Amino acid sequence: MTPRTVLVTGVGGYLGGHLAARLAANPAIDRVLGVDTVGPYRAVAGLPGRVEFVRADIRNPLIAKVITSAEVDTVVHASLTANPPGPSRRSAVKEMNVIGAMQLLAACQRAPSVRKLVIKSTAAVYGAGARLPAVLTEDGPPRELSSSGYAKDAVEVEGYARAFARRRQDVEVTVVRLSNLIGPSVDTVLTRYFALPVVPTVLGYDPRIQLLHSEDALAVLERAATSPVSGVFNAGGDGVLLLSQAIRRAGRVPFPVPRAAMPTAGRLLRGARVVDFSADHVRYLNHGRVLDTTRLRTVLGFTPRWTTRQAFDDYVHGSGLRPVLDPTVIERLERRLVGTR
Amino acid sequence: MKVTRVQQQAQVIPLDRAERQRKPTQEGPPVEPTPLRPPPSEEPATGLRGVVADALGFARRRLSGDYTVDQFGFDPELTDAVLLPPLRAVYRKWFRVEVTGAENLPASGGALVVSNHSGTLPWDALMTAVAVKDNRDRYLRMLGADLVFQTPLLGALARKSGQTLACNPDAEHLLRSGELVGVWPEGFKGVGKPFADRYKLQRFGRGGFVSAALRTGVPIVPCSIVGAEEIYPKIADLKPLARLLGLPYFPITPFFPLLGPLGLVPLPSKWHIHFGPPVSTEEHAAAEDDPAVVFALTDQIRETIQQTLYRMLNQRGNPFLG
Repeated sequence: MTPRTVLVTGVGGYLGGHLAARLAANPAIDRVLGVDTVGPYRAVAGLPGRVEFVRADIRNPLIAKVITSAEVDTVVHASLTANPPGPSRRSAVKEMNVIGAMQLLAACQRAPSVRKLVIKSTAAVYGAGARLPAVLTEDGPPRELSSSGYAKDAVEVEGYARAFARRRQDVEVTVVRLSNLIGPSVDTVLTRYFALPVVPTVLGYDPRIQLLHSEDALAVLERAATSPVSGVFNAGGDGVLLLSQAIRRAGRVPFPVPRAAMPTAGRLLRGARVVDFSADHVRYLNHGRVLDTTRLRTVLGFTPRWTTRQAFDDYVHGSGLRPVLDPTVIERLERRLVGTR
Repeated sequence: MKVTRVQQQAQVIPLDRAERQRKPTQEGPPVEPTPLRPPPSEEPATGLRGVVADALGFARRRLSGDYTVDQFGFDPELTDAVLLPPLRAVYRKWFRVEVTGAENLPASGGALVVSNHSGTLPWDALMTAVAVKDNRDRYLRMLGADLVFQTPLLGALARKSGQTLACNPDAEHLLRSGELVGVWPEGFKGVGKPFADRYKLQRFGRGGFVSAALRTGVPIVPCSIVGAEEIYPKIADLKPLARLLGLPYFPITPFFPLLGPLGLVPLPSKWHIHFGPPVSTEEHAAAEDDPAVVFALTDQIRETIQQTLYRMLNQRGNPFLG
């Protein structure tokens, strides 16, 4: 089914804004509506596209009127915030995430024109821990998480989406669980984390991290919105990096902090308004998380163009990180010692 | 006039420090990432200079993060260069491990190595990994308890040496990708049993390892280890202290904790590791969810290992001289 009228939520954010612009560039799609409470994402605001911006709050039942009057057939819910890059107000984000999704789904349920729903979710729904399998597949039900984490919101929203799929069986529901995004132009908790000159890590732990290039994230959401397949899909780049390895590749200096002192270090960084260091993120730094992407390739037919390592290198180059420890210095030292060149 | 004002509003440049430094993302063909630095030209050096060059090259790759780990965090380079050599010294000089039946390990493709567990600390697992590496040049991907992965340092090292959590998804993933997987189904019941119960196999769990082998259709190689029971004779267990520390047991041996850290040195028993003929699981492939088949196969493997242990013990003379 090719969508004709698409509604994208969260166009004020990086993913929502760029996704709306990409969909608008697709000639098969007649109309793209972008919804958010703030203006459209700055990088796409000036683009000559056919995105019609609707300033509306998805927590308000008025959203139903937008959907029915425009006869929207595909809804892409991209405004779920699971990893806010910087310190943000927890209660406000939670309300936006949970109440917003509830209202949006209620509006979709009453709109007979809706045929497809795509939810941007996060790999954080799996949690992180020593008792989890090393490579997570979509079959494993999301584990119970801490009651305060942002990931909890995503688990709840996925639950509402499942309930919605039961009530409206004629609507194809696709949930995409994105790994941590990275890239030169995106602002996420990890891009800020690796930009710190001294990177705090948890002493004695070296988690495996899997990354998804922001361009791949947009492409996979676009594919999910335009493809006839539905279901739950993990999305992440090939391969993994160890955290220590990533820090070395970025030329940063790791700073191991004992696990018990991690919350304090996190509060300091949060207080300095540098990076959001939530309990979720600390758990992630403890154990890491790797997704199995077989379903993404075989069922959705999407292969990420950047591997985890390539995506990370692209971020390191594109964001102009100046290495604190320059690899060329090490190399020069090596050459002088061996005296070969 | 109104229109221009709107446009001006829309183009407000944000005063975001992080955003300003970044170039806009480009659309287009896949970006082949520019290497962080040009690859150093390979100049084969010999003698002492070659050794130094190798060591420095290794140090440079480690320092600049220029190495590859698999999805489970397995780092073959680190395992070969740093983790295996000291274990190999213990394997050869301290326990003088003798290996028989290594030809029963397939040279390629997935297989599940099932072994008895003993010795209070899991030296037997480490020695089996060395035995497999040295005799068949393959890595044994071992399945460990969650306690290992919760422990700082140990958990990270276990992942880097190719181990993962003992759970069916991980085991099946590794077996499907053609790895040699090692499992110690007795778990803590086996490794922490009192010295009086030596060489008596404990319960083999719920047979999860058998269902993993059935689902992936790989053979099961039974492995019997003699010698590991004598390294720390556990004569008592301080249960309250173990509970306090969150450990499965707190062993008392003739030398630990009496001699302090010195008591952690394992006694130099002479070891013998035997790999038995592989048990094919293909004929039961259809019965992967039949508990009766799983239990029967579990018992068969357990019996094979137990009988082999008795036979090997009969042939053994002095536990420390062999």
